[in-house]
Amino acid sequence: MTQIAVNHKNLSAETIGKNWITLFLVILVIVFSLIAPAFFSIDTLQLILFNGTEVFLLGAAELFVIITGGIDLSVGFVMGFSTIMSSKLIVIFQGFGLPPFMSILSGSLIMLVIGLLPGLVNGWLVAYLRVPAFIATFSMLGITHGISELMTQGVPTKNLPSLAGIIGNGSFLYISPDRKIHFFTRPQVARGQVVVSILPNMVVFAFIFILIFSFLLSKTKFGRHLYAIGGNIDAAIRSGINVKKDLLKAYMISSFFASLAGISYVMKYITGKPDAGADLLLDSIAAVVIGGASMAGGSGTMGRTILGALVIAVVQTGLRIIGMQTFMTYILVGSILIIAVILDQVFPNLNR
Amino acid sequence: MPHILEVKNITKRFGGLTAVDDVGFYVDHGEVVALVGDNGAGKSTLIKVISGVYKPDAGEIFLNGSKIHIESPIDAINYGIETIYQDLALAENLDVPSNIFLGREITKKKAGLIPVIHQEYMLEESRKVLDRLDIEIPSFKSNIRNLSGGQRQAVAISRSIYWNAQVLIMDEPTAALGISEQKKVLELVSSLRKQGIAIIIISHQMYDVFSVADRIIVMRRGIKAGERLVKETTSEEIVSLIVGAETVEKK
Repeated sequence: MTQIAVNHKNLSAETIGKNWITLFLVILVIVFSLIAPAFFSIDTLQLILFNGTEVFLLGAAELFVIITGGIDLSVGFVMGFSTIMSSKLIVIFQGFGLPPFMSILSGSLIMLVIGLLPGLVNGWLVAYLRVPAFIATFSMLGITHGISELMTQGVPTKNLPSLAGIIGNGSFLYISPDRKIHFFTRPQVARGQVVVSILPNMVVFAFIFILIFSFLLSKTKFGRHLYAIGGNIDAAIRSGINVKKDLLKAYMISSFFASLAGISYVMKYITGKPDAGADLLLDSIAAVVIGGASMAGGSGTMGRTILGALVIAVVQTGLRIIGMQTFMTYILVGSILIIAVILDQVFPNLNR
Repeated sequence: MPHILEVKNITKRFGGLTAVDDVGFYVDHGEVVALVGDNGAGKSTLIKVISGVYKPDAGEIFLNGSKIHIESPIDAINYGIETIYQDLALAENLDVPSNIFLGREITKKKAGLIPVIHQEYMLEESRKVLDRLDIEIPSFKSNIRNLSGGQRQAVAISRSIYWNAQVLIMDEPTAALGISEQKKVLELVSSLRKQGIAIIIISHQMYDVFSVADRIIVMRRGIKAGERLVKETTSEEIVSLIVGAETVEKK
């Protein structure tokens, strides 16, 4: 009997250990709700997701390279470059007389192709020339930052079509007071009546890509090979996996997600600036590590990275709601990151 | 009948050092050949030439009597020559089926379009191959890092034979194992021999060599110092061949 009781206790301790981040998230929500009762609402949840869109996207970006045992320090400034490049393209297309929607669509699509370039260079340096990922992507951080500054000369991009802001700040569906559902367009209602908006467009946009790439990571050979590379690169090479090509792809996916984050930013804030993603490098790495991935590579999942990103997004928006200063976020996120790494060191089996 | 694998006049130099000097040997179906020698005798280099890691400076390799060209590890694998290195080359963060099928994952079409990993099939096949070896693994879904040394060795062997290896090269298979696990691995080698696989085993352990091998090839400073049938030799003779005592006596 005692034996069983002991086992049971260990099991629950293990369950808590494995899900400490979920527990932490619940505690965060409770604390914020106690300080500011308005925090606990669907609207706040949507605000958290809306504010966190770029963190989700950059977390996904970073995940692909961290699984291989690498790191991508350039995501924040690739995102910044993407805000500049995509907004310039959209304005140019508009100048050609293209309707606003087509300008936005073409500008964004071309940006997604251009956005593969920094990743191509990073991946090529890391996989083929054996430049340490830290150095390759750190240099790319500088290069993309410089290019962005050259393109803007210190002035944030402007003159974007107002439709961008409507899409970026709009929602997937709206429920009018007469309980009718409207897709994408906010219904006109009399003063004082409330329209409920569900799912911000940019969150839906982000999660479409996150789900597709989550599938790629967990279900396909390519995904499995990334884990093998991070687990034992020599074993991967000897078993015939095309390690160089897979690494190249991982860095390109990272930079693709960073470009997506840039486009999301442009749509939300109707402007682009070189340092749009400067603060988000910490968040992107923190999301992956808080989500249980090891910096040594070979572990980490999309689901848990999103959970890690959600913790950061809750901290960000929660602190703002309870009236704290924004930079408190950096301190908290930094601290949670350190705790996550210590937990990984002390209890190496937690996430394995 | 031609030998399943035969190498002739293999020479491999690293700069001024001749690691393997004009060595030839063969191995037949259902035979275990032990490759012994002191550190730096050239055993590992010779093995790496056969497994495609190194390109030889001279020499030829024949498989079932026909000359083959091994340019890379993949070429060797495609010829049915599998090598299990001392480090086993397992991805410790992945489970048993993922390792047995590493780099050669079986896929099925999802929605008739997208190839996804067929986890159930790989799990089933892994069970079959480990059953064939009579090895018990507590959980196929647990990661390699949770397995014992012997179980890891078994997974590495399973991976090789699953792909119909004709020739299996094992580098120090019992190093770093406990006594009971060493025994288990040696039993495994014997059962593989019964299944007709040609096995080349590198070992320092005289006990291992004499308990599983049919023939012993002794290497010393890059040359083949001697070749003996296990039945017709003693460990004293092999040791003296390894250290070169016999040649000293003859002088």
